[in-house]
Order: sequence, then C-alpha cells, then structure tokens
Amino acid sequence: MASKTYQLETLTCPTCVRKIETAVKQMDGVKDVEVLFNASKVKVNFEDSLKDGKDIRKTIERLGFSILGEK
Amino acid sequence: MLKDSKAQRVLIAGALIIVALALYNVNIRWHISGAFSLSLSDLMMLAAAFIAGYPIAVNAIQALRYRIIGIDALVTLAVVGAIFIGEYWEAAAVTFLFMLGNYLESRALEKTRSAIKSLLELAPDTARVLRDGEEVELSPDEVVLGDLVIVRPGEKIPVDGTVTEGNAYINQAAITGESMPVNREAGETVFSGTVIESGYLKIKADKVGEDTTFARILEMVEEAQDKKARTQKFLEVFAAYYTPAIMVLAIVVYFITRDIPLSLTLLVIACPGALVIATPVSIVAGIGNGAQHGVLIKGGEVIEKIGTVKVIAFDKTGTLTEGKPKVTRVFAPEIDENKLLRLTASAEMYSEHPLARAIVDATQARGIDDLTHPETAEIIPGQGLKAVVDGQMIIVGNRKLISEHGLPIPNDIEDYIAAEESEGQTVIIVANDESILGVISIADTIREDAIQLIQKLKATGVKKVVMLTGDNQRAAAAISRKLNLDAYYAELLPEDKVRILQQLQQEYGRAAMVGDGVNDAPALASADLGIAIGGAGTDVAMETADMVLMSDEIKKLSYAIGLSRATVRNIKQNIYFAVAVVLILLAGVLAKLVYMSSGMLIHILSVLLVIVNAIRLLRYKE
Repeated sequence: MASKTYQLETLTCPTCVRKIETAVKQMDGVKDVEVLFNASKVKVNFEDSLKDGKDIRKTIERLGFSILGEK
Repeated sequence: MLKDSKAQRVLIAGALIIVALALYNVNIRWHISGAFSLSLSDLMMLAAAFIAGYPIAVNAIQALRYRIIGIDALVTLAVVGAIFIGEYWEAAAVTFLFMLGNYLESRALEKTRSAIKSLLELAPDTARVLRDGEEVELSPDEVVLGDLVIVRPGEKIPVDGTVTEGNAYINQAAITGESMPVNREAGETVFSGTVIESGYLKIKADKVGEDTTFARILEMVEEAQDKKARTQKFLEVFAAYYTPAIMVLAIVVYFITRDIPLSLTLLVIACPGALVIATPVSIVAGIGNGAQHGVLIKGGEVIEKIGTVKVIAFDKTGTLTEGKPKVTRVFAPEIDENKLLRLTASAEMYSEHPLARAIVDATQARGIDDLTHPETAEIIPGQGLKAVVDGQMIIVGNRKLISEHGLPIPNDIEDYIAAEESEGQTVIIVANDESILGVISIADTIREDAIQLIQKLKATGVKKVVMLTGDNQRAAAAISRKLNLDAYYAELLPEDKVRILQQLQQEYGRAAMVGDGVNDAPALASADLGIAIGGAGTDVAMETADMVLMSDEIKKLSYAIGLSRATVRNIKQNIYFAVAVVLILLAGVLAKLVYMSSGMLIHILSVLLVIVNAIRLLRYKE
C-alpha cells in the first residue's frame, strides 16, 4: 500500500471534485481517493501494483487538471 | 499558461459577440444549401461559440471517457442543440458566459482562500546555522536537532527552540495572531515562523521541519478547511440527485411538448452550482479568519457546533488563572512591606519551592535588589524553612511551624489569615525568634481577560459557565465567586472531570470543555467540543482539541464563538439564496421566461454572489 497527495492548480468548480474522484476511483489498484476542494489536493491510497502512481497522475492530467506537485 | 489561454478565449469570444451584435442588421448572407443561409453576424456568433465552447467540449469528452456526465457535458449538449436549431446568439452567449463565469469564480474563490494562503507564506525559507564554528545558510528542512541557529532582526526563526544567547523582541503573529512583540532571552522558548523585530538570538533547535508548531498548525489548517460540515454533506447528496433528475425532466419535457429550446434550457440550469459551493466557501473563509487571529478551528462540523454550545466548562489552573502562583498581598504591621519581602526572599533564596519562587519574583517586580545570602538555611518539609539572614533568625512557613516555635499568633493577625484563606489565598507567616513580622499571601492569579470573557459568554446565550478543578474547595470557591461562575466542581481527578461533563451534557445539552491540555486531555476529548488554550507548544492539546487558541489569551474564546456563529449565518444566507435561485430558475424556465443565455447568466451571478458573501467573513472582527 502506498499513498500520495497531489497538489493541483486551484480547483474552482465543486463538480471537478466528483469528476476526479470518480475517475481515479475507477482505476485498478486504487483503494480510495479524497479530493480536497479548498486545498485543491487529491489524496490517493493505492496498491503497490501502481508503483509510483504515474498512471494516477496521467488520469488526473487527462481530465484537464495540471498537477503542481506531489508528496 | 492554461488560465491565460482561458482568459484569452473569453476576451476573443466576447469581442466577436459585440461585433456580431453590431452587425446584426447588415444583410450579407451566405447561402449554404436550399433555404439555409447564414448572415455575417451568425458566422461571428458561431465562431464565438466555437472559441469559448472548445475547452468546455474537451472537458466534457475527457469526463465522458470515465462515464461521468458533468456540467461541461450538459452545456456542450445544449450548445450543440442550440446551433442545430439555429439559435447562434444563444450558443455564443451560453459558452461565453460559462467561460467568463468560470474565470471570475476562480478569481473570487482564490480570495476566499487568501487568509489561509497568506498563513502558508509565513513559513520560513532559510536558516543560518553554526556548523564547525562557521555560519552556513541552509533550507529549514536541513537543520537537525541540537543545531545552533542564528537569527537577526527582520528574519524568521526557522525552528522551535530554546534561546541560548542574545535578547530580542519577537513578533509571534504567525502562531498566536498577536502582532504585539514579546521579549525573549536565554532559557526561553521560541517558535518557528515568528519574526525577530529587534535584537539577536542564538537558538538551540528542539524541533525542526514538519515537527515544529508552525508546520503542524499549517497542516491542521489545511486539513480543517476540507473537513465537511454536515450541511455540506447533505447538499452534495442533494446535488448528486438534482442533476440527473433535471436531465430526466429535460427528456420528459421534450417528449411531451416537443419543445427543443425548453429542454435545452433545462440542461443549462441542471447544475445547482451556488448550492454546492454555498458551504465550503464560507467555511474556508471562516477558518482562514480564525487562523489569522491565532484560533485553529478544525473543520466545518466544529464551526456548526460551537455556535450552539449550552454549557462551557473551564479548567482552573492555567486556563482561568495564569497557572503561576504570585504574591498578591503583604501584611506587615510593624515593619516596611518591602523590608519584610526582602528578608523572606533572602531566606528563601536557595529554595526551589514554587511559593518561594513567587516571593523571590515579587522582590524583583518591586525593584528590591539588595537580597543577601542566608548564613544558614534549613528546610522543614511540609512546613517551611528557618534561616539566618543578616544575623537574625527568620522563620518562614505555615501555622504549624510558627506554633512549634512557641510563638503566639495575635488575634488581629489570626483574623487576617482566616480572611485571606477564605479568599483562596495561600498564607505564609514570617517571624523572627521573638515575634511575628508579617504575613505574605500567595495565589494563582485570575487572568485579566477572564472576568470579561465570562460576562460575554453569558450574554451570548451560553446557559451555564462552570469550572472543573483538581484544586481544593476553598481556592475554587474564591475564584468562582470572583468570576461569577454558575457552578464549580473542586478536588476532581481527571476521570471525575469526564464524568461531570457527561452529567452537564445530559442536563443542559451540548457541552464544551476549555483547558490547557496538560492534565485535562481526557476531558477535552470527551466533551462535545474540546477547546485548548495556549495550544502553541502543547502537542497533545493541539491533537485532541476541536479548537485551539494558540496564545493564552482566553478572551479569544468569545471571538471564536462569534466567528463561528457568523460563519454559520453566512452559510445559511448562502443556502437560502441558492435554493431560491434554483426554484426561481426552474419555475422561470418552465414558464418560458428564462431562456438558455439568461439561465446561464442567472446561474453564474448566483455562484458569484455566494462567493462574494463568503468573502465578507474574512473581515469579521469581534
């Protein structure tokens, strides 16, 4: 199990939250996702099969959100 | 980069729409096929719709790949439909307004978050450390425990630590919200994130990086802003059903009325944006305001609770009182007061007893600086001490010690002692080997702002204000009387505090516990609302409490309650307004008074108004 927190560009629409949550949750190996609207962060817990979580980054970016940093 | 391109699109689309409106009556037409033709104005509207609508459509398609139908998809569908039925103006206006609205929303939202952001910017970015006798500049993360850090005027202290050398005035606003500088010198502790205004300090690092109080406050504030209020959870569920319900309604309306524009308009208003955003924007502004004033509120649910507290229970020592015994009165019928203090302090010079410390501190406060070393000193445990000062025997202690020496206590002094004791004072009798010289009263003093606070709390509708303490009945009664508390409970063990809190909860309703977290952590945790005071530096208190007053100014409590109530009011205003907008829009659309572009305009204005209302909270003051 691993977990990562991604800092996104400022989230402005609350519907983005649902969009990111739903999309990342659908990924294989993702245990749970939490999108922090005010902090504009995405917290993900995932299985080791996803390694460093590069695919999670891709999914978020493909939805049109740029990632400013990860921890 | 991405944002700029959005702004550019809005500008270009807006310009195209204005020109198109100006050219509305110019009759240049292109015949496409049969009776279908486009005017110059139509073409420009189409161009505007395409330029503004492109990113919306891209977002919609990206989301659809994950089987998510968001507002982007609905707007795209409505716009495509509008173009299909020849409503080019509507298509352009809807896309333009949607993009403009998004842009303005993000600007306004950033404002609501500005208080918290400005706190984040207070984080120190460099540290000057002594390594091998030389000063090196490092990032604060590279400092290790025990390092000696040097900080000069205007610089931020990069670690939590103990001052080893120097003297400085420090602005602790980052931690306590108070910008009044405080003095720090060798032996005292300082916090990361605070700024030296004048002076110079050498500091031994006790906590570094993410363990510092400041870093932990930042982390907690960051988390708190997204801890949802119950209202918010409810509204999110509502929104999750509202959008599909309106989509179904759009389809049903189409099949019944065959009215395409009406169905498309329903799609435009299907997302209750103002309603969804109503709670989080107010909460982030409220928490931000608190954080800037040294009050850490851990989330929306806490804000909702604080305003409705019925009982507030205070810990005594360190909460309602300073937590440090101080000399409150000196009674010396025969000799000068200061002379009595000087003799006593000299006798007690080497004693570590807190009461002895209080007497020595009192001489310092009064400017008595000619203390002499006692020639001999003998401590009698539980009673006091005997010492020889300036060649004369001095006895300092309680009644027992005095009577064991066969010294009678005159009636007037006995009366005085009894009166002081009933006031909750600890009384120390000073005598030489012939007679009693005087009496020194020592007590833990009530915080200056406590009396005012209690009055305010009662005025704002808190039913009961009580005190829970481990101290004795007499001391508790005296303080309770001075503060005009509704009740006090004395001689309690930590578990008794928990039990009494539960009783209070049952009897009166929601109960808050205010303490310094040192020995009342269980009570803080078991109350409906645990409030820690003087939280900076006390890790347990910061973790367990629902709300933390960083400084030890207890008067901040009434500000925090006021802020929470203002935040709840703000949320309610937003929700009532947003519900009204949803209903009016829906009724307006069904009555065909509101069309696509006007629907979008109302939607966007309502979202912006809700955000602007939340921004007002940033200016809340008591």
